[in-house]
Amino acid sequence: MTTTPVPGSAPHGPRPPRGRPLLRTSYAQHMGLLNTPGKRWSTLVLVIVGFCAPLLFTDDLLQVLTLGLFAAIGAIGLNLVTGYAGQVSLGHAFFIGLGAYTAAVVGGDTDGRLLGLGMPMYIWLPAAGLVTAAAGLLIGPLAVRLRGLYLAIVTLGVVFLGLHIFREASNLTGGPGVGRRAPDVELFGINASVSGGLPGLDWTRDQQLFVVALIFLIIFAVAARNIARSGVGRAFAAIRDRDVAAAVIGVDLAGYKLLAFALSSFYAGICGALYYTVVRVIEPTSFDLLLSVQFLAMVLIGGVSTISGSIMGALFITALGRMAIEIAHYVPFVSTSVTGGGLLNVFQLEGILYGLLIIGFLIAEPRGLYGIWIRVRNYWKGWPFSY
Amino acid sequence: MTAQEICAVENVELSFGRVKALNGVSLSIREAELFAVIGPNGAGKTSIFNVLSGVYRPQKGSVTFGAESILGTKPHRIARRGMARTFQNIELFENLTVVDNLMLGRHHHLNYQWFESIIWWGRTRSSELANRRRVEEIIDFLEIEGYRDLPVGMLPYGIQKRIELGRALAMEPKLLLLDEPVAGMNAEETEDMARFILEIRSELKIPMILVEHDMGLVMDLADRVMAMDFGTPLVTGTPEEVQNHPDVIRAYLGPVSEKTITDVTDEAP
Repeated sequence: MTTTPVPGSAPHGPRPPRGRPLLRTSYAQHMGLLNTPGKRWSTLVLVIVGFCAPLLFTDDLLQVLTLGLFAAIGAIGLNLVTGYAGQVSLGHAFFIGLGAYTAAVVGGDTDGRLLGLGMPMYIWLPAAGLVTAAAGLLIGPLAVRLRGLYLAIVTLGVVFLGLHIFREASNLTGGPGVGRRAPDVELFGINASVSGGLPGLDWTRDQQLFVVALIFLIIFAVAARNIARSGVGRAFAAIRDRDVAAAVIGVDLAGYKLLAFALSSFYAGICGALYYTVVRVIEPTSFDLLLSVQFLAMVLIGGVSTISGSIMGALFITALGRMAIEIAHYVPFVSTSVTGGGLLNVFQLEGILYGLLIIGFLIAEPRGLYGIWIRVRNYWKGWPFSY
Repeated sequence: MTAQEICAVENVELSFGRVKALNGVSLSIREAELFAVIGPNGAGKTSIFNVLSGVYRPQKGSVTFGAESILGTKPHRIARRGMARTFQNIELFENLTVVDNLMLGRHHHLNYQWFESIIWWGRTRSSELANRRRVEEIIDFLEIEGYRDLPVGMLPYGIQKRIELGRALAMEPKLLLLDEPVAGMNAEETEDMARFILEIRSELKIPMILVEHDMGLVMDLADRVMAMDFGTPLVTGTPEEVQNHPDVIRAYLGPVSEKTITDVTDEAP
């Protein structure tokens, strides 16, 4: 079903006429963020369910979801550079780590064992983003020179460099095996990292952090969606699809590649800073290649160059560990303890699930969870007819 | 370069290693002119386009566009100055919709900074809507209304060629380079494309350089034709002059006797 925007001004204002939801009468309707009633309603329902979730789920489940929501910010960032702009980056783990440590240093205690500046959250959060974006700008020039596999290998090098720096700079990072504490999420005098921090509500830490995560994700997802649907996002996609043609029609290749890396790193920095407020301890060896691959898996499984797909992918991958534990209860040869018997432990099962999912999605549905959603939607759009 | 010329190439030499792709090529485009470049495969026609649009940098010679030299200028800056082109093998952004492809043609008409796009409001919104409106005019002009929201990669070849022309037109160029706009098209699609080219000349008054192998189309449409072979221009003149020039016939048909030349030219309509 194609829709027909009529050239000219909107006689009915910004909304389509009643009873004709797919008839567009203005360009604003065609280019809108939620340009169909279906999108408007489903988003509304999702947001309402999201804000009710702290009352519906248990704390340990909420914690998994909170991690997923914060990881989604990082996945959106990776999707901007890899999905939209087509610059494969394996260096995302380094940027996540840099964001986490910048937040910990800027927001950390001034009189502690490690260096800390004792700044409030409205300083340490932007600082985490900006410092990481600056690092992204340093890596960006490589992308101007290299592409495809070569860029992937170089960004892979960034992860190992970062890992080494995080290990050695132990007066900043606490050193391997020890790490350092992440700062508290405290804005406008409300400390969400302490149970009962929200005045008038007797909520636990997990409930509060979930709400914080949801709010931050909505802000960053809407911003990314706006970037993606504007000239910037189109320029990214143009570089991904045909870089020579993009240059010839007026897209500054070098500038937009740098911008893609800077934006992506900014998101990664914010993600790192916030994610570890839930984990509490930032351990330098956790920012390894596996973390980069996890984020790539989020993008791939969620859906390349879609914002909603990044969110779905992040929630799914973060919940995978929890799913492995649930599966272990039903499958006899998987043991739930690390040392215990059985053929596999849950971590091995999680690894196997990863591999299977990535291979499975690449073969069966390269558009990821988003693609599955599109199929379901198109099926019901035409129901009961098959076309 | 005289006042009515908008683009001039003088004595350009371009070589890749020992291969001379262009050897002493000079041409100039006047206002509202349709200038055609013909020649056998490998004659260097597309190389001229790549030099003009800044993809290749020639070793010698000068390229002037709108009174300024554009030698060594980056492709995106040349595009901003008003040069648009289509490609021989379609170079559309196949994952994007028709509207997005055309909006990309208007990329340098967007007047907001990247950080303003984070909030879809104010300048970003008004600029996007204004440019979307201009894109609709192109869609109307090229009669592609039915394909508006479809990803370009799914569309038939002839339509893709038309969208590529649309993307170049969306740039509101001062000079339009068309690289084989009807290659691989059937008669009906060729007729459509010829109609659009004529309309661009008569209504939009954009000067065009046309590289094309369809001689019927070239001879019918072009004001002036330049024939070239092995990177060297053979002759520039009106379609009739070029058609009957012995060097041109030799380039296309190989070495022939004087008698064959008269035979061939006699047969030509």
